[in-house]
Amino acid sequence: MEAVLAILTGAMVAGSVYLMLSRNLIRFIFGLVLASNAVNLLIFAAGRLETARPPLIPEDASRLTAPVANSLPQALILTAIVIGFALLAFIFILFSKTYAKLGTVDTEAMTDAEPPSEKDALTQGKQR
Amino acid sequence: MNGWLAAPILIPFFVAALALLGRRQPSLQSAATLLGAALHLAAGVWLLCGVQGSGIQVLHVAGWPAPFGIALVADPLSALMVLVTGVVYAAVAVYSRADIHTDDIARGYYPLLNILVGGISGAFLTGDLFNLYVWFEVMLMASFALLVMGRTRAQLDGGVKYVVINLIATLLFLTGLGLIFGMTGTLNMAHLHVKLRMASDPGVVAAVAVLFLTAFGIKAGLFPLFFWLPASYHTPPVAVSAIFSGLLTKVGVYALIRTFTLIFPFEDNGLRTLVLAAAAATMIVGVLGAATHSHVRRILSFHIVSQVGYMVLGLGLFTPLALAGAVFYLIHHIIVKANLFLISGLMQRTGGAFELSRVGGMYRRHGWLALLFFIPAFSLAGFPPLSGFWAKMILIRASLEAGQFALAGVAAVVGLLTVYSMTKIWNEAFWKPQPETGGTSDAASVPLSGWMVAPVAVMAGLTVFIGLAPEPLVQLARSAADVLLEPAAYVYTVIGEMR
Repeated sequence: MEAVLAILTGAMVAGSVYLMLSRNLIRFIFGLVLASNAVNLLIFAAGRLETARPPLIPEDASRLTAPVANSLPQALILTAIVIGFALLAFIFILFSKTYAKLGTVDTEAMTDAEPPSEKDALTQGKQR
Repeated sequence: MNGWLAAPILIPFFVAALALLGRRQPSLQSAATLLGAALHLAAGVWLLCGVQGSGIQVLHVAGWPAPFGIALVADPLSALMVLVTGVVYAAVAVYSRADIHTDDIARGYYPLLNILVGGISGAFLTGDLFNLYVWFEVMLMASFALLVMGRTRAQLDGGVKYVVINLIATLLFLTGLGLIFGMTGTLNMAHLHVKLRMASDPGVVAAVAVLFLTAFGIKAGLFPLFFWLPASYHTPPVAVSAIFSGLLTKVGVYALIRTFTLIFPFEDNGLRTLVLAAAAATMIVGVLGAATHSHVRRILSFHIVSQVGYMVLGLGLFTPLALAGAVFYLIHHIIVKANLFLISGLMQRTGGAFELSRVGGMYRRHGWLALLFFIPAFSLAGFPPLSGFWAKMILIRASLEAGQFALAGVAAVVGLLTVYSMTKIWNEAFWKPQPETGGTSDAASVPLSGWMVAPVAVMAGLTVFIGLAPEPLVQLARSAADVLLEPAAYVYTVIGEMR
């Protein structure tokens, strides 16, 4: 099971790096989604995997009898998913506003914050 | 007192909630923020006194003992950082009254500012690695929104780059967290200190250490990961860029210091050499980047990068004196840098632009503004008797004592090049006559608001005070460095005898 998850995570990271290296912001978002899910899977796998052994204390016992599934990584992932979702929502809005204002999703063409040279900045400023 | 350890985190969040409730009353929001900043500052002073008086303080949140629950820990470094956060918070809260446009207030400036400060305080106080991740996210979220609040083209452009690279840093941090948790089964920093000594797999430990170095290096603006910083820091309102420049990258530096003293104490291996090389490159590239620019806030942004190099140099040398130097540098830099950004706002108000070619004659119009600029600018460059002189002297001496003559040379030369940039701003903005083109012709008649001048003057006063009486801060920095280098007491206080 760990091996399958490891290969899956590796493939997802490879895909996400490929997407994120693109200058296109839309591709970047897809890369980011893939990467954040890959990291969640990694945390899940790193917490050791058990199948069909919930971390519940049997009625006739007073403590857990190993081995059971580790519930802490799941709590961590849940937190990471919630945070990741909020960030994703923000980044979608940010990119859509950026596209509306700058008219491009190509990061190379975005030079408003760092204009190529001061002289250009002045002329650009006058044009607007 | 332990329950009160959470006060520096709770106060800003409480104020944020209050400000959200009073959405339509800017004066209420501003008053609440001022009060919150005063309380936060008081809590910081009180926390530092407590830590100095009775040692490291721990709060086991909700009564769960570490390492099972989340622990808030205040050692001298954390307490110092919280205190200086309070100073910047208060300065920005006062400055915002005159600087922040009503449109931005309507868009939620005050709640976001307070959430940002709450996140920063949380990052300084937490003793748990996953909790640190959460505080980072809180901080990032607030900073994203503050950065692009005005929705100008430059803000959106800078914001995209800032958001993108910081999200990648966060993912790297989370990956490291996952691996370290899988290896040790704990995320409490003190517990990790114990567990990682017994780790059977040094390869994975090294991989995690590099992941953390990269993630925090991005946040701190370390070479070659700093490009997001000068792309974005000059775009938001001045008060926002002041709090960003003072505190955000320094949270990254703090995380680096905490991680590489407590969790993976540096040994004489390749990682330390890498950090030292990165520190030297950061200093040089930052200062050279600043030399090529003529926009006040962009020059200052590059200097943040350059100065971060000094702090990381102190960490990389890893001697008691060097770490004390790094801590001293952190405190000095936060005050000076935030102040310089605040002053750039005053310069823009009176000169009409941030572009040096379009302003001038400020010395003639506002002689006292020249003095207020002179103090932090030349403190940044390391002129005696200002605070930056002592900070640089401690670090250069530590480099010499460690036999790193090349690094000492770099630190000295970079200081000299900093003078070049600061003199450039001085010459262009203050001495040169006001150019005919550009700027506002009636700039001379614009009165500067007392709300904006007062925090600048107080912070300049602090810089002079630290410069003239450096001994108390040096002692504090030394006690912080002692705890960092000998974490036994820290570990014992947090997790007790349990090993």
